[in-house]
Amino acid sequence: MDKFAFYVLPFCAGVVALLVISVWKYWRWIRHLDKLQRATVQKNIWTWKFLPAIWETVRESLLHLRISKKNLVLGYMHRSLAFGWFLLIVVGALQAYLAWPHGHPLWAAIFFNYFEPAERAGISPNFTHAALMANIMDALLIYVLSGLALAMLKKLWSRPLGMKRTTRHTLVDRLTKLSLWCIFPLRLLSEGLTSSMFGNGGFMVKALGTVLATLNFDNEYCEYTSWMLYSIALGTFFTLMPFSRYMHIFTEVFLIYFRQLGVSDSNKKTGYTMFELSACSRCGICIDGCPMNKELGVRNMQGVYMLQSIRNKERQSHQEALAENCLMCDRCVADCPVGIDLSIVRRQVRIQNKENIDKQSTYEYLKPIKAFNAIGRVAYFGGCMSHLTPGITEAMESIFQTVGQPYWFMDQEQGICCGRPLLQQGFEKQAAELRRKNSELIANSKATMLITSCPICYQSFKKEYNLAIPVVHHTEYLAAMLKNGKLKVRFDDRKVAYHDPCELGRGCGIYDEPRYVLKNTTNLLKTKEEREHSLCCGFNMGNPLLDLEQQTKVRNAARDNLMAVHPDVIATACPMCKKAFAHADTTAVKDVAEIVAANLVKNQ
Amino acid sequence: MKDFGYNISKGRSINLDEYRPEKVDRLLEAVPSYKWCIGCGGCTATCTAGGLTDFNIRRIHNAFFRGQYAGFAEQLDHCMLCGKCLLVCPRGVNTRALIINMRRILEG
Repeated sequence: MDKFAFYVLPFCAGVVALLVISVWKYWRWIRHLDKLQRATVQKNIWTWKFLPAIWETVRESLLHLRISKKNLVLGYMHRSLAFGWFLLIVVGALQAYLAWPHGHPLWAAIFFNYFEPAERAGISPNFTHAALMANIMDALLIYVLSGLALAMLKKLWSRPLGMKRTTRHTLVDRLTKLSLWCIFPLRLLSEGLTSSMFGNGGFMVKALGTVLATLNFDNEYCEYTSWMLYSIALGTFFTLMPFSRYMHIFTEVFLIYFRQLGVSDSNKKTGYTMFELSACSRCGICIDGCPMNKELGVRNMQGVYMLQSIRNKERQSHQEALAENCLMCDRCVADCPVGIDLSIVRRQVRIQNKENIDKQSTYEYLKPIKAFNAIGRVAYFGGCMSHLTPGITEAMESIFQTVGQPYWFMDQEQGICCGRPLLQQGFEKQAAELRRKNSELIANSKATMLITSCPICYQSFKKEYNLAIPVVHHTEYLAAMLKNGKLKVRFDDRKVAYHDPCELGRGCGIYDEPRYVLKNTTNLLKTKEEREHSLCCGFNMGNPLLDLEQQTKVRNAARDNLMAVHPDVIATACPMCKKAFAHADTTAVKDVAEIVAANLVKNQ
Repeated sequence: MKDFGYNISKGRSINLDEYRPEKVDRLLEAVPSYKWCIGCGGCTATCTAGGLTDFNIRRIHNAFFRGQYAGFAEQLDHCMLCGKCLLVCPRGVNTRALIINMRRILEG
């Protein structure tokens, strides 16, 4: 047969295995999308939303721009392997098309240099760009090999690539990586050996061929063996790919499309979760930022290990142990270059874990709600925690009075929890019960807006409730009042360091409003780790396993970051964070609302 | 020893501070800070659910330690896990974990 050699068989077998297994897996996952997710896909699939999806695929699956933001060298490494290999395939296909315009088998493009010499397969006489194509292919191979060299360096010493810790991989992942690492050096060697006999190839391959030709050995035998090994490496990689972390290569594309179409996670494990599990490349970027790793030295529960544990269907109790031991500070969600919502996947495991003890009928004791007439007023929900920091609620009340804002303090007496602490622990039904109760209360009151002082409640009201009225955090309200001039403050020239609460910052994206308020009231300092990099105060409601000592360690790290700029006051916008820092020492800890209230200009 | 045909019977009282039901051991294993409790009742005073029902963490906590469980499973369900008790506790007892684990042990 024309353009055939037996060594191509392992490669072909690998490609077939990869295709069959991936199609089977993707088909199953798509069938497991839940009703809402399916409806979203059906609604949006024939719209222009695929355009941003293509753009994101190019940016993230090929160019890896989010990783480059973390570290340029790390970004280069991922880009050279992904984009470099992609270009090798595309340019290789073009090269084969130019050489054989009348068609060729698939493998002829992959093993182009082997089949290229006139003795082996007829090349089109019009193949004019032969030298140019060969040189481009060589340049691309150098590009990929440079990435491979960095990957090897990262294995030995990851610091230059901006990573303190890298992932501990499973055996399958290691084998797959080994076959991947073999592919490109073997390709270079094979092309060099072919060139040593036929003199083909680009600048690098030809040079290698010239050197190899001077050595005295059985070139033909070595050449065939080398191409065979190259084919085996490719075949092994393709066969193992669906079972290893390299499944992310294709899965990430699916995930990007679904996300751009508007699909999101639900509280139960769905097909979308399966896509998320396999889209994780186990790059390990989630490990370095995690406070559990940094402050407590716990290195088995980070997003990468939890997803791996779920995907490999490890023991249920093990999955749960990993899922429970987390502060839910969302740092990994902010860091993840693939954009997997690790906290929601974690919560899915927690919900599964609490199935036996999560009861719908739990809050029957809550009395039928007496409708409070709050027409024309805003509803103010302090939140459970704010009742332990009365400074915050008093400050808000005095601000409302100064601005002349009619308000209704809805949980002043006998308020109930917003339900998020329950949901975060996996008590889904109980949380829904509390949400129903609060929603009824708010709807019946006819209040015009809901203002809350606690970021936990804020995130809950905003994302988990389906309220008809706008929900704002008090920092948003204060910023708006300062902007429209209804609120006037004296300038307090004390230096203030602001701590971004996890739930408010990473959780809801509120970074600028509290800063705007503070800049207009005080001297706001910049700290090293702020905004999406802010450190967790350790006292949040996420992790039920930590003891006080461990929480204190996490807190101290966050405090050191703030104290490094020598502020007079630590400011924050969360009663929980305030409590955490207030426990620490004598530096004043104030909520943004308290700072504003202390500097109010009254009788405007 | 000489056998006189009679002996002194062992005391039949149970020292409740030494009595360790198996459930307590399980709880202590899951939440070691359980034993730091001094019974001050701060948790109960601040409790959101306690303000609305007769749910009383301190009472349940003490009773559980003594091996009395009747009726507590339903009461524990009333907790909203809001975490106020955690912040007021002067001893750093992980009260939320305590409640979740008691529920597991009693219901799960």
